[in-house]
Amino acid sequence: MSSPYEKLPGWVEYVLIPLINLVVAFLVAGLVVLIVGQSPIKAASLLVQGAFGYGEGLGFTLYYATNFIFTGLAVSVAFHCGLFNIGGEGQAYVGGLGVALVCLWLDGIFPWYMTFMVAVMASALFGAAWALIPGFLQAKRGSHVVITTIMFNFIASSLMVYMLVEVIKPLGSMAPQTRTFLEGGQLPRLDWLLAIFGFDIGGAPFNLSFLVALVAAFFVWLLIWRTRLGYEIRTMGASPKAARYAGIKDARIIIITMLISGGLAGMMALNPIMGDQHRLQLDFVAGAGFVGIAVALMGRSHPVGIIPAAILFGVLYQGGAEISFEMPEISRDMITIIQGLVILFAGALENMFRPALVAFFATLRGAGNPSEVSTPGE
Amino acid sequence: MDDLAIELKGIDKSFGAVHANKNINLAVRKGTIHGIIGENGAGKSTMMSILYGFYQADRGDIMVNGSKVIIRDPNVAIASGIGMVHQHFMLVDNFTVLENVMLGAEENAILNRGITKARAELKRLEREYALDVNADAVIEELPVGLQQRVEILKALYRSAEILILDEPTGVLTPPEADHLFRILRQLRDQGKTIILITHKLREIMAITDEVSVMRRGEIVATRETATTSVEELAELMVGRRVLLQVEKGDASPTDVKLAVTNLTVRDGRGVVMVDNVSLDVRAGEIVGIAGVAGNGQSELLEAITGIRRAESGTVLLDGEAIGATGEADPALLRKRGLAHVPEDRHHMGLVLSFEENENAILGYHDDPEYLNGPMLNLENIRNSAQESVEKYDIRPPDVRLKTANFSGGNQQKIVLAREMERDPIVLIIGQPTRGVDVGAIEFIHKRIIEMRDAGKAILLVSVELDEIRSLSDRILVMFAGRVVGERTPEATEGELGLLMAGVEEDQEAAQ
Repeated sequence: MSSPYEKLPGWVEYVLIPLINLVVAFLVAGLVVLIVGQSPIKAASLLVQGAFGYGEGLGFTLYYATNFIFTGLAVSVAFHCGLFNIGGEGQAYVGGLGVALVCLWLDGIFPWYMTFMVAVMASALFGAAWALIPGFLQAKRGSHVVITTIMFNFIASSLMVYMLVEVIKPLGSMAPQTRTFLEGGQLPRLDWLLAIFGFDIGGAPFNLSFLVALVAAFFVWLLIWRTRLGYEIRTMGASPKAARYAGIKDARIIIITMLISGGLAGMMALNPIMGDQHRLQLDFVAGAGFVGIAVALMGRSHPVGIIPAAILFGVLYQGGAEISFEMPEISRDMITIIQGLVILFAGALENMFRPALVAFFATLRGAGNPSEVSTPGE
Repeated sequence: MDDLAIELKGIDKSFGAVHANKNINLAVRKGTIHGIIGENGAGKSTMMSILYGFYQADRGDIMVNGSKVIIRDPNVAIASGIGMVHQHFMLVDNFTVLENVMLGAEENAILNRGITKARAELKRLEREYALDVNADAVIEELPVGLQQRVEILKALYRSAEILILDEPTGVLTPPEADHLFRILRQLRDQGKTIILITHKLREIMAITDEVSVMRRGEIVATRETATTSVEELAELMVGRRVLLQVEKGDASPTDVKLAVTNLTVRDGRGVVMVDNVSLDVRAGEIVGIAGVAGNGQSELLEAITGIRRAESGTVLLDGEAIGATGEADPALLRKRGLAHVPEDRHHMGLVLSFEENENAILGYHDDPEYLNGPMLNLENIRNSAQESVEKYDIRPPDVRLKTANFSGGNQQKIVLAREMERDPIVLIIGQPTRGVDVGAIEFIHKRIIEMRDAGKAILLVSVELDEIRSLSDRILVMFAGRVVGERTPEATEGELGLLMAGVEEDQEAAQ
């Protein structure tokens, strides 16, 4: 019959549990550092110092976070529809092709903001196009989107190698990358934004894409919770049977959701390509598509959670780089282990501490007012 | 006190803020059938789960045969001689009866010895209690009544002296239920103790020796069955007087609003679920479809409402054909005046993780009233939800509350309010009161009658025969996907029961 009423207060659900998971992840990571014979305290302080301690570090942290906000949003939109889009990596990669083509075409003609507007659209369109086929196959043929998006990551990788080596590499160049964009293809950095807070970002590539990411987060919130389409997406995700009953066209919603998800992943390419490198290089996504999955899980698929989760992973990337620089005994792989632990505890084991907390809060309430009897519906 | 099989002393259990069992004191005498009755959410299942070791009580003691036992998990319960027959059978469908009975009691890594022993033991049990089942039959090929018998054998095989049956007749036809009761009486006569959990008052009266009534987590009364009445038990359950019979005037049906002709539906595996069914529903009448669950009623409703595609046949809604065999479209049907209260409230009728107001527009979410261009008009949505919450007395009256936090009866009211308030022409209702408490049942039945009197054509499907008989103006009985007979509500339960079991009359067989 009715299931036990196990609900936790909002602040526990959304703040305390992620925090506990995070602390445990860091404790275990600390153990690993200890096993290698290094000081976890030193590593931790380097991590924080490297990520927040000075302007350039902070700039890098936010630069990485920008990537993760885009890919985290992409994964979360699909989550709301019950789809697991693992193809953010490939969609962002192909999105980069869109950005690069626009910049190569327009950078000598228009000022950066004109190029930028076209590039935003191109990145979203290319990313969406790369998600279209998996979405279509899921909607019309029932081919699982997890499988197809993974395969499309590989196809994207090969496609981009081909494009860079055979098609858009400048004549005579030995490197598989495009030429460097002119000023019309370069995004301004946001040094002024951090300067307000007294930070000098130095050489950090923190750029306008960050603000675009925040705007995208707002629009995702608007889409999911305030539009009819979002309502239909959430209904599909929560209960496909209810969606069918409500007359929601499942194939249509699946394809549209995948297009939006792919588009958001594609927009991630703006940050490294137009904002930092000013050219298209091999493997520029560098795993951000996969980190997006962890970010979406940790952020509970809500933009308000995704932004801090993305910043956290920005910290791990930037602070981690700092650790491996300052403590050569801790290699780059160790940093990957720490990131893996965070993903493990925040994502896969997110409910590990829940039963204990439920019991704890139940006793708290019981002890507080033992006579209170709540009968919902009365 | 040594003749008590089970004694619960001061059992108390809370789940978070919900106090599911409050100071429960229950004494079950050896060799009796003891009924536990109460509304959904009254705490019956929690109490039995504590007794069977699924949950631990916060306070209180359990005495089995006069000595205190701490039941940490079901293994302890089994070792103490307690067996449970669950509402949803815990059987492995593609195993044989013998394999299922042995499961968890194999004794050896090599099965040979265990099989020989189990077979002999099964034979003995069958003889002793007249529980005939073919030990080598595969479960999925057995009818539901026999599957239940296997569950009982499983408990007896583990030397259960005390059997708990949780809503055992929910899936049975009336003749199957009668047979089950004969078995239970025989078990009792041989000294077993039986605890029967049910919400059907008539079963309590028919078979129990004693009955305990639960309300809001408490046992409010224990009576000897012979000294009580259905009316008294109902009043004890709800806490106030209830009308068990719906009052309704005669129907005055007019035009045919829903006409189904030769409808055939196959399921995903190609099995014919609805077999050449034809029926008419007129404005101002309630047509009830009786039948044991799984005889094609669900598929029929889904085909009519456009959720499932029919293989052949036609459906006319208010005289116009709806593409039952073509691209089905529930959204379009809704716009044309077909409202649908689905059988599966939890997965189809509602999205439990949504707020109440979001569910109040499910299926009607593209009504311009609720939209501002592509945006949802939250103000209108919440206001209209607030209105129907008040009109249908949905509690708590909080349209922002998550739907999962409403009780079953109130969830059903959310669906009913949504489907009834939009002035449909045809109203399709599946299992209107499944999992709904008695107080809400009265309310829901009244609303359905009101809709009829307002001239709606209503097609009602329910596995509760009482409900079909008290609401319907005409009764169709479905068996194995076909309509095997039509009766008036005056038909006796025995007559309907035979039809439900597939025993056809000559005239219908001849057609």
